[in-house]
Amino acid sequence: MNDFNFYQSKTTEDAILEKAKDDSRKFIAGGTNLIDLLKYNLLTVDELIDVNQLKTEAVKQLDNGNILIDAFSTNADTAYHQIIENRYPLLSKAILAGASAQIRNMATNGGNLLQRTRCYYFYDANTPCNKRTPGSGCSAIKGYNRNLAILGSSESCIAVFPSDMCVALAALNATVHVSGSNDHRKIEFADFHRLPGNTPHLDNNLHEDELITGIELPEKGFNLNYSYLKLRDRNSYAFALISVATAIELDGDLIKDIRIALGGVAHKPWRVKAAEDFLIEKPATRSNFEKAAALIIEGAVGFEFNMFKIELAKKAIVRNCLMALHPETQLPGAQPSA
Amino acid sequence: MQIEKIIQPFGKSNSRNIILKINGDEIQISLKPWVSLLDCLREYLNLTGTKKGCDHGQCGACTVICDGKRILSCLTLAVMKEGSDITTIEGIATENELHPLQKSFIEHDAFQCGYCTPGQICSAIGMFAEGKAKTEADVKESMSGNLCRCGANTNIIKAIMEVKNGGHYE
Repeated sequence: MNDFNFYQSKTTEDAILEKAKDDSRKFIAGGTNLIDLLKYNLLTVDELIDVNQLKTEAVKQLDNGNILIDAFSTNADTAYHQIIENRYPLLSKAILAGASAQIRNMATNGGNLLQRTRCYYFYDANTPCNKRTPGSGCSAIKGYNRNLAILGSSESCIAVFPSDMCVALAALNATVHVSGSNDHRKIEFADFHRLPGNTPHLDNNLHEDELITGIELPEKGFNLNYSYLKLRDRNSYAFALISVATAIELDGDLIKDIRIALGGVAHKPWRVKAAEDFLIEKPATRSNFEKAAALIIEGAVGFEFNMFKIELAKKAIVRNCLMALHPETQLPGAQPSA
Repeated sequence: MQIEKIIQPFGKSNSRNIILKINGDEIQISLKPWVSLLDCLREYLNLTGTKKGCDHGQCGACTVICDGKRILSCLTLAVMKEGSDITTIEGIATENELHPLQKSFIEHDAFQCGYCTPGQICSAIGMFAEGKAKTEADVKESMSGNLCRCGANTNIIKAIMEVKNGGHYE
């Protein structure tokens, strides 16, 4: 870890002004990923700007029926908040599938969106990595790539975005509120994270001077039919090989609205509109979910050690959609479905 | 009790004079911003009960209780915890009596090397305070951030379940 200064901000405006003084300054909230990156010397900073004093109520009801999740509140306070548990149980389940209880007590909602990949080669400074050192090459494409991307990757990078929470936020059509030096803006969740292309060092579309202040969720929380399935190498405290967030609104036997988002497969949470459109006004059957899964996985490319994820993803999608029809079967982690 | 610690700083960054409340004591200390809470406890305050395992948030050996919640002291900076109420393994027993979890760990032989034990016990105290773990499966899930590489996990869960159930395992 390099030698840096520390500044505690009391207001959003003050934090943004302090940050704007120098690009090598970073905001710190929970710090569960940032401090790790500093310890590995993958990141050096001149100053950390502590934004924990900006914390407000974890979840606020807005006048338009939507809710606003505080960026500076912890993942645990959000997952266990009554509004989230009751109206957005998919989000609660996804948050609780991530990390450990200790980390969820520290990590903030804004920080969750900004965490870096856990690609082994990104963390190993002795190997080339375009995300860490642009232009140096990608060690993962021909390396040990078991937990890496099968969708949306490029010749530059096959890293995946590791968040569970963001998979549910993608499914729920969240909007990210950000403040910068000159203005405030809202970013649709689908536009927040980026695919690697030839700029894999950029994880998202947040500007250097911007700070996430909140995450807005539409009123519709899909609290009757939902499921979050996370498949991983151990049943708890591991990143996803594949995760699926499914939210369904039924009209009798027919699907009125459905969202299917995947984690652990790409550089951002993965949704395919054509697959969701295909299911609208169709019966919620295994056969229809299988057809949708094929549409979602279309174009998937595997590598030496993660080829299995293509078939696994298809099966996980079908299984999770069926589990969403019976959300009472949900247990932490990947449990056998009936 | 108030204790004052003056540490000779090194490096170019500004040292910060902060007051930490640890196990009921208010401790005034001058620290560099980059000192983790874990290193502050162990290297500066000689509270070596909290253990440094991986130092990267993967093993849970450094778990302490901060404002009633279990956190990883290796992934937080000490200067970020000014004003917080921190409890380490040194602070959970009373003068004359061990904490029920400490007794239960002894009773169930819930350790071999003992290195993960302070973190396991602080984590279990935090889990009880959360009140979310109802079943043994819940407890296993909730304690998954604390690794025991000796293989004492079965007895660790038994020790915790016995305290959870008021003295009865199962």
